Amino acid sequence: MKDKHVYAILWTSTILTATILIFILGFVVLKGSAALSIEFLTDIPREGGEAGGIFPAILGTIYLVVVALVVAVPLGVGGALYLVEFQKENIVTKIIRFGADTLNAVPSIIFGLFGFVFLVYYLKLGVCILSGGVTLAFMILPTLLRTSEEALRAVPGWDKEGSYALGATKLQTIKNIVLPQSLSGIITGIVLSIGRAAGETAPIIFTAAILNPVLPKSVFDPTMSLPSHLYTLVSESTPEKLVNAYGTALVLIILVLITTYSAMLLRKYFTRHVRR
Amino acid sequence: MNTEKIVEKILLIFALSATLVIFLIILFLFKEGLPILKKEGLGFILGKVWNPGKEIYGALTFIVGSLSVTFLALFIAVPLGVSCALFLAEIAPKRAESLFRPVIELLAGIPSVVYGMFGLIVIVRFIKVSFDVPTGETVLAGGIVLAIMILPIIISISEDAIKSVPRIYKEGSFALGATHWQTMRRVILPTASSGITASIILAMGRAIGETMAVVLILGNVEMIPKSILNPAEALTSVILLEMGEASVGSSHYQALFAIGIILFIIVMILNIISVKIGVRKK
Repeated sequence: MKDKHVYAILWTSTILTATILIFILGFVVLKGSAALSIEFLTDIPREGGEAGGIFPAILGTIYLVVVALVVAVPLGVGGALYLVEFQKENIVTKIIRFGADTLNAVPSIIFGLFGFVFLVYYLKLGVCILSGGVTLAFMILPTLLRTSEEALRAVPGWDKEGSYALGATKLQTIKNIVLPQSLSGIITGIVLSIGRAAGETAPIIFTAAILNPVLPKSVFDPTMSLPSHLYTLVSESTPEKLVNAYGTALVLIILVLITTYSAMLLRKYFTRHVRR
Repeated sequence: MNTEKIVEKILLIFALSATLVIFLIILFLFKEGLPILKKEGLGFILGKVWNPGKEIYGALTFIVGSLSVTFLALFIAVPLGVSCALFLAEIAPKRAESLFRPVIELLAGIPSVVYGMFGLIVIVRFIKVSFDVPTGETVLAGGIVLAIMILPIIISISEDAIKSVPRIYKEGSFALGATHWQTMRRVILPTASSGITASIILAMGRAIGETMAVVLILGNVEMIPKSILNPAEALTSVILLEMGEASVGSSHYQALFAIGIILFIIVMILNIISVKIGVRKK
């Protein structure tokens, strides 16, 4: 084969992949924008979700993501701090890393099974926002741990040494030097986790999701959510009545676009900031 | 104990939380699923009949369903993904690269249920019309959508592998008069092969564990697919569809956890292989 033929194949593959994405995004945006309106975002679902809006699902997804972050961010960032600042590579760090890598590979439906048997049933939390949020927290934990670790490792050694040389303790150095410098990197990881947690369906379907449009009063109530609502609409509606499903998918896609774009901006800022 | 020691202990516990969770997952999965696996023995994996009403549990159709859709997805995604990776690492102009990078991130970020909706409404209908089959909900449709979903993993990890091929190898090949394609085929791809293989195996694990897209697209018909134009049902789909009707502690409930164990073991084996292959080269 001549080089120019190979170049043509590689260009074609790449353009094809980009076209697939544009096609999917275009499909959801075109179909979904017909449904999108202020009423759609603020009304409750009617007629099994085929009419009305998706307000309880939006609210539920926000609650679930907030609970997931409240649980997973301290564990992930704290764990990363331990790996970077407190421990040399040894058997303990190997175990920590192995655990995180393994957890990262677990399929989402298994998180659903586990969340149900452990949180809903064994700990008797019931099907509720807390159970669903904690299940999601377990899912995003490995990502948070890894991205935070990368961010913490990027802090230059001489900055820390300078702090120690001035007589600061380890905790002061972490608080005044390490965390502020790695903040944008850590936030990048958190933003990416938000996108992932908001779009996951399988982990919350047994642990938090209900179909009735009831607004939850506390974290011990079950809730609707965007992905589970979309799943129900797509699997149960007839093709003519899918308008609200398209609208729900569009809201999810917009969320993903926002989180991905802000993560990219943050990463740019982060690399510039660290290189200085 | 001073504050620093206390903080260190707390952070150690935080760091170990992921390990604790994976331990609990294994514990509860096996606690619920192992009894029925022991009782049914190999019949659980080799049996073709799944009838919870009569307490007959054979998961072979679902295993075949999962594997066939996964291999089809790899068949589509590997050539495409490796080509994209070669493009990014070898020939992409800066502009094209900066345009294409967000494409990968967005493809990876789209929720699986949205892929499922897209597959059901676009791909499934397309297949029904163009192949003139009774239903478009087929292994082919599932394979196409899963292929799109695993592309980002294959592209990004393969690209890393290709980029880490030392420049002297390439330059040596060019110096001997090899063309760029000869260099890619004889030098770059063989050197990067372990990383590329690791990406493929990782992608395979993702595909087998994927739930929402396959449950919407595969048709969920309990049969061993004879061609890619037949419907099928995946391991993940059974769990999602039947957990609601299985009462806690019943044999049906245990059987669904046993399917979870099979899934977990497959994914863990793939994960370990991909780590081993990926590490060996470094």
